[in-house]
Amino acid sequence: MDLIAVNIIDGLVTGLLLFMLSAGLTLIFSMMGVLNFAHASFYMLGAYFAYQISIYLGFWMGLLIAPILVGVLGAGVERYGLRRVHQYGHVPELIFTFGLALLIEEVVQFVWGKNQMPYETPEILQFTAFAIAGNSIPAYKVFMIFISVTIFIGLLYVLTRTRIGMIIQAALSYPKTVEALGHNVPFIFMGVFGVGTALAGVAGVIAGPVLSTFPGMAFVLGSIVFVTIVIGGLGSLWGALVASLLIGWLTTFAKSYNLRMEDLLTTLGFNKPEPIWDSAWQDLWTLTSPQVADILPYILMVLILVFRPYGLFGKRDA
Amino acid sequence: MRINMKRGILAALAIGVSAIAAQAENVKIAFIDPLSGPFAGTGTNGLHQYEFAAEELVNKQGGVLDGQMFEIVAFDNKISPKESLIQLQVAIDQGIRFIAQGNSSGVANALTEAIDKHNRRNPDDRVLFLNYSAVDPALTNDKCNFWHFRFDANADIKMDVITDKIAGTEDIKKVYIIGQDYSFGKAVASAAVRFLTEKRPDIEIVGNELHPIGKVKDFTPYSRKIMASEADAIITGNWGADMLGLGKSVLENGYTGPIYTYYAAADGITAAFGEAGKGSLRLVAEGALNPPASDRAAAYVEAFKAKYPDGNLSQARITNVIEMLAKAIDQAGSATDVVAIANALEGMEHDNLWGGKVFMRPQDHQLIQDVHINVHTDDGVSFDYDNSGYGVVVENTVPMAAMDSPTTCKMRRP
Repeated sequence: MDLIAVNIIDGLVTGLLLFMLSAGLTLIFSMMGVLNFAHASFYMLGAYFAYQISIYLGFWMGLLIAPILVGVLGAGVERYGLRRVHQYGHVPELIFTFGLALLIEEVVQFVWGKNQMPYETPEILQFTAFAIAGNSIPAYKVFMIFISVTIFIGLLYVLTRTRIGMIIQAALSYPKTVEALGHNVPFIFMGVFGVGTALAGVAGVIAGPVLSTFPGMAFVLGSIVFVTIVIGGLGSLWGALVASLLIGWLTTFAKSYNLRMEDLLTTLGFNKPEPIWDSAWQDLWTLTSPQVADILPYILMVLILVFRPYGLFGKRDA
Repeated sequence: MRINMKRGILAALAIGVSAIAAQAENVKIAFIDPLSGPFAGTGTNGLHQYEFAAEELVNKQGGVLDGQMFEIVAFDNKISPKESLIQLQVAIDQGIRFIAQGNSSGVANALTEAIDKHNRRNPDDRVLFLNYSAVDPALTNDKCNFWHFRFDANADIKMDVITDKIAGTEDIKKVYIIGQDYSFGKAVASAAVRFLTEKRPDIEIVGNELHPIGKVKDFTPYSRKIMASEADAIITGNWGADMLGLGKSVLENGYTGPIYTYYAAADGITAAFGEAGKGSLRLVAEGALNPPASDRAAAYVEAFKAKYPDGNLSQARITNVIEMLAKAIDQAGSATDVVAIANALEGMEHDNLWGGKVFMRPQDHQLIQDVHINVHTDDGVSFDYDNSGYGVVVENTVPMAAMDSPTTCKMRRP
């Protein structure tokens, strides 16, 4: 029972981290209709920038400066890269971001090398916040939850309660009309791209010390972010949140409990073939939930695409 | 940044030098390992150790035969068996006779099969497989062949040493086994279960599981399970980012017992563990770095660190690969007749740079050597890893480990 509470917290941390990535991506996607393959790379850049800054100025300055750097870089990419490619259609855009992802990984390896970086959590947060039945929850995790929730509330406020948010929302659906009303739509696009990548940067800064900072970190997280926004519904902030948490909890619980396919099949009335190692179904029968935990979100995505192609909270067809 | 530039200049110089040496027809060794992607760190560091060993131990001593130099040719296999087979073909097409690979037994299994097939079909350009790190026992048992030589102690030998140590520690009652979901992870798990039930039937194995390799973002759920199982010791075969992720996560979540591992050092891992891993991480490995075995070994490490200030001498066995290959080529009197070279390697006894002797067992081409249990610490470290002040210090040693262990290898000889 105690383990459930612990897993809920762990899943929350994973989910909120995913959310910070997918929030930016989902806005960018709905706006430009382009899948930004380089999004996770900005997450990686956030971690590396923060690591570099933390050597000289400490973790907190890293948390402050690195996302801004990443955001400016993202805005620059939109202004001088994507916007030029945009006129040639979606496929070149897609290829552009894909190339950018590869480029960023190479640049990171060139500058920082291929090893793990000793990027550490700040000392002030290196204690156990509380423990549930012997399972300690590090203070840093509480801090991660706090940062992500703050960002979510902030984003929600800006998007729904302020004038800027309303213009952005309008620009998402009717860019021509908004432009005719005298707003600088390309500038809005650039801004959203910048903020979106900065969010990914924040995620990198706070995830770097716990999930380790290495050149493969973008690759590990890259595909799951796309799954999140598809499940949540493109362009929906709530969808991104719900899908992220869903994936966080789904994978955490699947890994924490050894649910065995054997038990499930036996309950369904199948007989275990004996001896099992000669059976063609051996792989199916010996499957356990931790083994498949990381592909469960993909299965969920396929189901969503079949039964609700516009996602959980999406308003239009994908 | 500056270091990388320096490195670039060094590399450019090295290319220039090797271009001149190339006229004397070099003995080329294809290094097929990941140089990009999540495991690039491990691969690149291995490459540097090969280049250094070839330069220092062979080329500076006048090369082999009548002055032929060793040359390491790098191929990036992205840790994929499929990609490795393509690179193998490229290497063979370039006339390379020696294939060195180590990272991932999955890749090694694919390579050894392909090389066996290739050598049977093309008796004129046969190649040798110098496996310096892939430790799946099958490679020197069921899947053994004449062309494959393993220079690392295999997973069973290492597990034998680990379980000896566990069996000797009275207060370990519960053991948790966790590993990556592929041939090596499975081999580690089954060996651990087998040896533990043999040596200490009273020990309870409270967990035995596999996780996807290179794909886990966050190990927290796994460490929760380990904590919940109240394990006194953890055994894992994880490496690279998976090792760091798992280790950091369990230590962060309050685990204090020993973590018996195969690969929890160097490539940034030692630095990233730092103080947190002290006293917990135990590594089973050949090649003692601390204390250094001899002045020659110490000088070798110092020279390596002078050339690669950011590098680590993490795979001591690479010196054995290079030295024994050079010796075998000299004995065979040819750098192209790989059958003669393989015959010379078989049963070869060699003075290990890292202390003691090594012996290439002819039945299965498994190198028999001293195996140590090292502890991750900052006390008494002469040569640290990752310039972190932390390193591994030998805790106990099993000389010529598993000298007469059984093998199921039935080798077909040419």
